[in-house]
Amino acid sequence: MSKITADDVRKVAKLARLDLPEAKIATYTGQLERILDYVAHLETVDTEGVPATTRAVEVVNVCREDLVTPTDVREELLNEAPQREGDFIRVPKIVAS
Amino acid sequence: MGIADSREQGIAEWRQQLEKGEVSARELTEHHLARIQAVDPTVHAYLEITSERARADADRIDARRAAGETLPPLAGIPLAIKDNLCTKGVTTTCSSRMLEHFVPPYESTVTDRLWQAGAVLLGKTNLDEFAMGSSTETSAFGPSRNPWNPERVPGGSSGGSAAAVAAGECIAALGSDTGGSIRQPASFCGVVGLKPTYGRVSRYGLVAFASSLDQVGPFTTSVADAAELLQVIAGADPRDATCLQAPVPDYVAALDQPVAGLRVGMVRECFEAEGLDPQVKAAVLAAAAQLEALGCELVDVSCPRFNDGIATYYVIAPSEASANLARYDGVKYGYRAPDATSLAEMTARSRAEGFGDEVQRRILIGTYALSAGYVDAYYKKAQQVRTLIRRDFDRAFEAVDVLLTPTSPTTAFGFGAHSDDPLAMYLADLLTIPANMAGLPAINVPCGFDLEGLPIGLQLITGVLEEPRLLQVAHHYELAAQVMQARPVAPLVP
Repeated sequence: MSKITADDVRKVAKLARLDLPEAKIATYTGQLERILDYVAHLETVDTEGVPATTRAVEVVNVCREDLVTPTDVREELLNEAPQREGDFIRVPKIVAS
Repeated sequence: MGIADSREQGIAEWRQQLEKGEVSARELTEHHLARIQAVDPTVHAYLEITSERARADADRIDARRAAGETLPPLAGIPLAIKDNLCTKGVTTTCSSRMLEHFVPPYESTVTDRLWQAGAVLLGKTNLDEFAMGSSTETSAFGPSRNPWNPERVPGGSSGGSAAAVAAGECIAALGSDTGGSIRQPASFCGVVGLKPTYGRVSRYGLVAFASSLDQVGPFTTSVADAAELLQVIAGADPRDATCLQAPVPDYVAALDQPVAGLRVGMVRECFEAEGLDPQVKAAVLAAAAQLEALGCELVDVSCPRFNDGIATYYVIAPSEASANLARYDGVKYGYRAPDATSLAEMTARSRAEGFGDEVQRRILIGTYALSAGYVDAYYKKAQQVRTLIRRDFDRAFEAVDVLLTPTSPTTAFGFGAHSDDPLAMYLADLLTIPANMAGLPAINVPCGFDLEGLPIGLQLITGVLEEPRLLQVAHHYELAAQVMQARPVAPLVP
């Protein structure tokens, strides 16, 4: 595990789709460094051959009948859109010209 | 009849009075609405109060009773719901600007079961933004205050629900617990808070934070009331594939089973934890002596990997959060930044403006831990240590029936105590996180007060699906200790 820099934070912010101002990048860099320093002590734990826990309580093959059920909330869903146009959701330009 | 203080009796007694007609559902609801109006300007437990709906629901219950119907178990009981549980037609904000105006088109399974059982919704309670925090200070709508001392935090993230129950602003409430978000605020506010086994209660309609850890549970003034609520909300749900199929036992009936002969494990690492307030330690040790007097056997147990709980949690929870919160892109619902010229810019600006600092920090940590080159060093490593924490529990439960620890290393701290140092705030979760790591049921029960009159809580933990035993031990302790009856001072919000 390595030291985190402002450039790392900029890169991660881009991956996380966060348009952060420089002042925040600086604050977060210091805070993330402390947090990642703290979690780095996991390195010292011997986990050779230890399986990973991906779920707290094991559940296997949960199945149900593939039934069609009505979920008539179209209007409610469309009304939640920040910009609705008729039955469509409007967004800014997707492809750069 | 006049209701002096709804905290003086439990759901079973209210049900009896409602059935006998000594009080109406409408009166009980009006009492709580008046109480909210009187104290919530100070406590700020609620983000939204649904008075009209509450009155209509209560009237409907009264009408059904008048018509001679046999009513379900929570008929007329007014409740508060943490604002990260979706309530159809009622704004669900997660205390975030991102969801400030979000009105869910569907109902969460837990709340649906409560309304089916006749409960009345009083309103939605405050939380740390997206349940990320331990004090409600990260709420975009201002913090809640501790009813025992308004200069102190109520704990978090479910601080609004804990404060509402403690201040008598509802009979009970629901919260959610990812790393201690039910038990720690319950401890700070002197109420009972139960985190059930992972999967015992459906997560459908709970806004996701860390999906392998999140669990919904009740806040109540007594262990018996916690059993009453769990009875209603527990059980398989076709809408949540991680919800367990196991049949739901009779939790209320389990309460009175004798506890003599049960082995109570005292987790050494938790009593030796750095930063553990000596007053907290003394109160929990006194509670242990009380359990011994009830015939329990105290056993010293060691869970060395508990000390890695926080580090493990602060990799796993932010990683899962960064994935879960990717859905807030400003397109279909939630906040959208104005005047963006491209979709990518709109999304990145919406997230920068819609999320608060703590949420952004956790998204950054999670994205970092999951990014190319780091995923094995952080995420996989944390999942392996998580296995070691689970093995500590497995070993302990070979020797004992239930584990006892303090819930929080300190009593309620002041506002701003950790504002410049997120890590210091995280360290306060060290005693609650292990149960989430292993998916085990755990409960906070009030066990005393510090010299300033602030509540102290103990935590009991049992094995997977052993809620009956957990509630049983908690109930016997509560009856024997009579902590609330012996409280040194009345809450400052009386």
